[in-house]
Formats: sequence, structure tokens, C-alpha cells
Amino acid sequence: MDSRRFSADRPAATYLPAGVRRAVKIVVVGHFGVGKTTFIGSLSEIEPLRTEEKMTVASAPVDDLSGAGAKETTTVALDFGRITLSEELVLYLFGTPGQQRFVQLWEDMTVGALGALLLVDPARLESTFPVIDLVESFGLDYAVAVNSFDPSVRFEESEIREALDLLPDTPVVHCDARDVASSAEALKELVRHLLTRKG
Amino acid sequence: MTTPSEDDLVTGDFVRSYVITGGRRLPSATDLSLHTLVTLAPDRELPRRASPEVRAIWDICGGGYLSMAEVAAHLGLPTAVARLLLTDLAEQGHLLRRAAPPPAQAVDRGTLEEVLHGLQTLFG
Ligand SMILES: Nc1nc2c(ncn2[C@@H]2O[C@H](COP(=O)(O)OP(=O)(O)OP(=O)(O)O)[C@@H](O)[C@H]2O)c(=O)[nH]1
Ligand SMILES: [Mg+2]
Repeated sequence: MDSRRFSADRPAATYLPAGVRRAVKIVVVGHFGVGKTTFIGSLSEIEPLRTEEKMTVASAPVDDLSGAGAKETTTVALDFGRITLSEELVLYLFGTPGQQRFVQLWEDMTVGALGALLLVDPARLESTFPVIDLVESFGLDYAVAVNSFDPSVRFEESEIREALDLLPDTPVVHCDARDVASSAEALKELVRHLLTRKG
Repeated sequence: MTTPSEDDLVTGDFVRSYVITGGRRLPSATDLSLHTLVTLAPDRELPRRASPEVRAIWDICGGGYLSMAEVAAHLGLPTAVARLLLTDLAEQGHLLRRAAPPPAQAVDRGTLEEVLHGLQTLFG
């Protein structure tokens, strides 16, 4: 085996306080380049971590019948961070690209998740459609965080709701993933929503 | 789209390129999820013919609790590989894990309230 994989160029592990007994997780999803890694980095107490996952994907477009059955492996990054919430509870945030072809990784990532925060760039709403399909197909409750890259573009919440066909009670909040307070507010809004879902 | 059985096959082959699995069924995320907390059990001895990966896991898990995803990331291993190695160590009694987190539907209100309260305490 290649021993260089174990070289010390990674940050040393920061262990959890001894009293922490329970872990929960929330997934941070959204299309390519929407700010998932930035968001996780803003809130994480540890240097955000990443694993490289090998995925099997169809090598031809799904709608290309001649390519049916052709497969290749590709690598996709799983990003995550950690927030110790109390003396005995820790929250993990996991993020990965929202593409149908990474459905295997999604399965792993969403097992036991409390819910999902869906990052959306209002200038690229159509890129969110496949992600929202994935979130819904995994039965995750979610909130939408609009990560507006161009501050001069004021988004109309109603347009976003309509374009994404959101349920009336799905929260839509504004968020700058580079800003800690703004990111935390989006996460709190999701948790409040999950609480109302519990009834 | 690929069918689940084909995915299993290819993932299996991939994991086998890292470790000897003995043809066993690979553990899934429901067996050991990414956020399950693990640590080395007290007073255990490293198995004599431990692979470099197992030695690295031994070192990192000796210091306290971490999630299985953190173990994978610190070792530069894909999570499927880390999951298999950690499951083996747990079965051999070398590894402790905190009770597996409940599935989302079963998470109680109290836990969600703790999450919200924790976020408010930390971030205002
Ligand atoms: N203006 C602005 N830029 C942002 C914001 N969030 C992220 N960025 C920038 O957008 C770029 C992409 O952000 P990432 O966090 O890497 O996005 P990602 O979703 O992780 O991207 P992939 O993992 O490649 O899908 C980076 O250069 C960020 O600095 C934001 O809220 N506002
Ligand atoms: Mg990223």
C-alpha cells in the first residue's frame, strides 16, 4: 500500500469532549459552485475535512440508449465540518454536489440526517431542479437558503417559490455563505422548520 | 441510472482493491453511518499483522472520540474503506462506538430543541 497516504500533511485530529455522547447531522446541498464548502467552512469548529469518494456512474448521458450499461468510476468530494453544540451533543454538516449521478453517495450521506439545507443561486435556478428532486426523493425535510452572489440582484421570494414549486411552509431565507452569522441564521431556520414538522 | 446491485458490485470491487474483504457483504451506511462516533477500546493490543491502514486507524482512534467520517478524512481513505475496517475492529472488540444515531424520523423533538438551543448559544 502507498504509505504516503498516511503522511502528516493533514491537520491533526481534534477529539470531541469526553462527555459528547450523541451525534446528529444535517446535509448542505446545492448545485455546482453554489457555496456548500464555503458554508460548511464558515460554521465548522474544525478545519473542514474532505474525503474523496469513488462513484460508479454511467459514462454516457442517461438518455443515450446506445450507451446504456457503460460505466466508469469517478471521484467526488464529500466535505464536512463539525459543531459541538453542548457538553453531550455534536452536529456534523455534510456537503456534496447534488447530481443524480452521485446517488450512491447521497444514500450514505442522508442516512439518519435531520434534514437538508438547500443552497440556491437565484441567477441559476434551473440548476437547482435536479438537486431538489434528489432531496425530495430521499424524503428529507429542507429549507432553502438563497446565496445571492450579486447583491444588486434582489430576488423575489415569490419567484423562487414558484420556480422551485415549494410547499407554502418551506422556509426561504437569504444567506451569505461567507458570513458566519448569516450562515448560522439559515441553519437555525432549517431547525425551526424541522421542529414545526414534528408538530 | 445503474441498478443498486451493479453499484454494490463495483463499490465492492473498489473496496477490495484496498483491503482483503474475504468476499463478505460490505457494511452499509445503516450499519455504520458517517456521523457515528468511535474510539479505541481501553487496553487493547494492535493485532500483530495489522495493515498500514489498521495501524493508522489505531493511532488516530486512540486519542478520543471522532466520527467515522473524520477518521476516514484524516487517513485519506474513502468512507467505504474506512467503514469496512472500522466495522472489523468493532467486531473484534477493539473499537467502541456511541449508540448509533437514530433515523431522522425517530429523532425526538427534544434533540431538535437542543440543536436549536446550541446554535443560538454559539452564534446568537
Ligand atoms: N459573493 C459570494 N460568493 C460566494 C458565496 N458563497 C461562496 N462564494 C464563492 O463562490 C465560490 C464557490 O464556492 P464553494 O463554497 O466552493 O461552492 P461549492 O458549492 O462547494 O462548489 P462545488 O463543491 O464545486 O460544487 C467560491 O469562490 C466562494 O468564495 C456567497 O454567499 N457570496
Ligand atoms: Mg465544494
